[in-house]
Amino acid sequence: MKMYLSNIFTDPEMEKYIDIIVSSFLPLVKGAFYYTIPLTLITFAIGLVLAVITALMRLSNMKVLQWIARVYVSIIRGTPLLVQLFIIFFGLPSVGVTINPLYSAIIGFSLNMGAYNSEIIRAAILSIPKGQWEASHSIGMTNLQALRRVVLPQATRVSIPPLSNSFIGLIKDTSLASTITYTEMFRKAQEIAATNYHFLLVYTEAAVIYWIICIGLSFVQDRVENRLDQYVAK
Amino acid sequence: MITVKDLNKYFGDLHVLKNIHMDVARGEVVVVIGPSGSGKTTLLRTLNILETPEEGEITIGKQSMDFSKPLKKKQIVEFRKQTGMVFQNHNLFPHFTALENVMEGPVTVQKISKAKARERAKDILTKVGLGEKLDAYPHQLSGGQQQRVGIARALATGVEVILFDEPTSALDPELVGDVLDVMKELAEEGMTMVVVTHEMSFAEEVADRVIFMDQGKVVEEGTPEQIFQQTKEPRTQQFLNRIRK
Repeated sequence: MKMYLSNIFTDPEMEKYIDIIVSSFLPLVKGAFYYTIPLTLITFAIGLVLAVITALMRLSNMKVLQWIARVYVSIIRGTPLLVQLFIIFFGLPSVGVTINPLYSAIIGFSLNMGAYNSEIIRAAILSIPKGQWEASHSIGMTNLQALRRVVLPQATRVSIPPLSNSFIGLIKDTSLASTITYTEMFRKAQEIAATNYHFLLVYTEAAVIYWIICIGLSFVQDRVENRLDQYVAK
Repeated sequence: MITVKDLNKYFGDLHVLKNIHMDVARGEVVVVIGPSGSGKTTLLRTLNILETPEEGEITIGKQSMDFSKPLKKKQIVEFRKQTGMVFQNHNLFPHFTALENVMEGPVTVQKISKAKARERAKDILTKVGLGEKLDAYPHQLSGGQQQRVGIARALATGVEVILFDEPTSALDPELVGDVLDVMKELAEEGMTMVVVTHEMSFAEEVADRVIFMDQGKVVEEGTPEQIFQQTKEPRTQQFLNRIRK
């Protein structure tokens, strides 16, 4: 046992593994910082705008808007994300619409986020007590003013935990972009593993990097929640 | 100032307001009393159209609303600007300080400059005894203080009528006095007030007129003396006996 431990770093097998981990680390982290994280941020932002619009359409009095929003959410939630990405990237070219991998990924993930997050935002808006609307109306506000000044700021605080959840989900889902040839972190991992055949090692390494990013995010979420605490009725 | 004609309101099959007539003169303080479910709060809420009646007409100031016709949103918003409302559980904006709560109407609705609105809001809050609490958030205030911020918010847009929906019902007994004092002061200054309350002493002391409602109808109305001492209707008497126990 003692022998084994003292030899662990000089053992040629072991040395090889460490080499693989170290040499693939930088490309993977690059993949995360240059591709995975920017893709996540962009699609989350676009998705959030879509989500707010969709939530407001669902809550509006106009039947047409309600139905457009319902159908959109139903289609996106009712079909696999992977299939949606394939339709956009591999399917659309056959009707003459060719979109590069990055834009295909942005469109696919944004539509997805928009649909899922619209339900979060709708629920958050509905969770604000009716009295807040009534008080806004009683001082002469229009619906839009009440929404902007009173309801949405409070709904934001309510929606942070579930939105963080979907943000973390999105980071991991961006690995699906590898299937439409977008070289984000996981695609990098696949490329590295394909040359050295150490699948377990390289994929585990990628998994650990995803995990570390998500730990960082949970930390940010806590801070944001604390800062927005005053926005909740107590 | 306020005229209500043939007002009818239904919640589904429930006929909650039955042919209500009411007049409130400028500067008058009208207190509406009655058992729970009598429709008094609903009546108050129709006055700024938080509830929409099915039939009838309400005139406040120069604006008239005829509920037999479809109403435009814009018309409702304009109509509401004439009245302020104080709610039973204050409904303050939790994400704003006391000062910001009071500034909100002037700044967002009336487009008054923030600096001006801040000065005015400070004055009003000082008047209701909260000059020290300008930067406190609602959850840092006691129930009575919250309700006084509510009154200040209702006053801030310079309305001529304030509607009070059981403003002291949710308060601890020892906090009721502060709120009633502020209301008395407003009454003395000539504010037109419609008050739904269970505080009979306030009604006796401050009201110009008391309206007793039961089962969606105005049963009896008159001066506090007429209602409390020279009660005519047996139903009013019954109600008063029950709450005086």
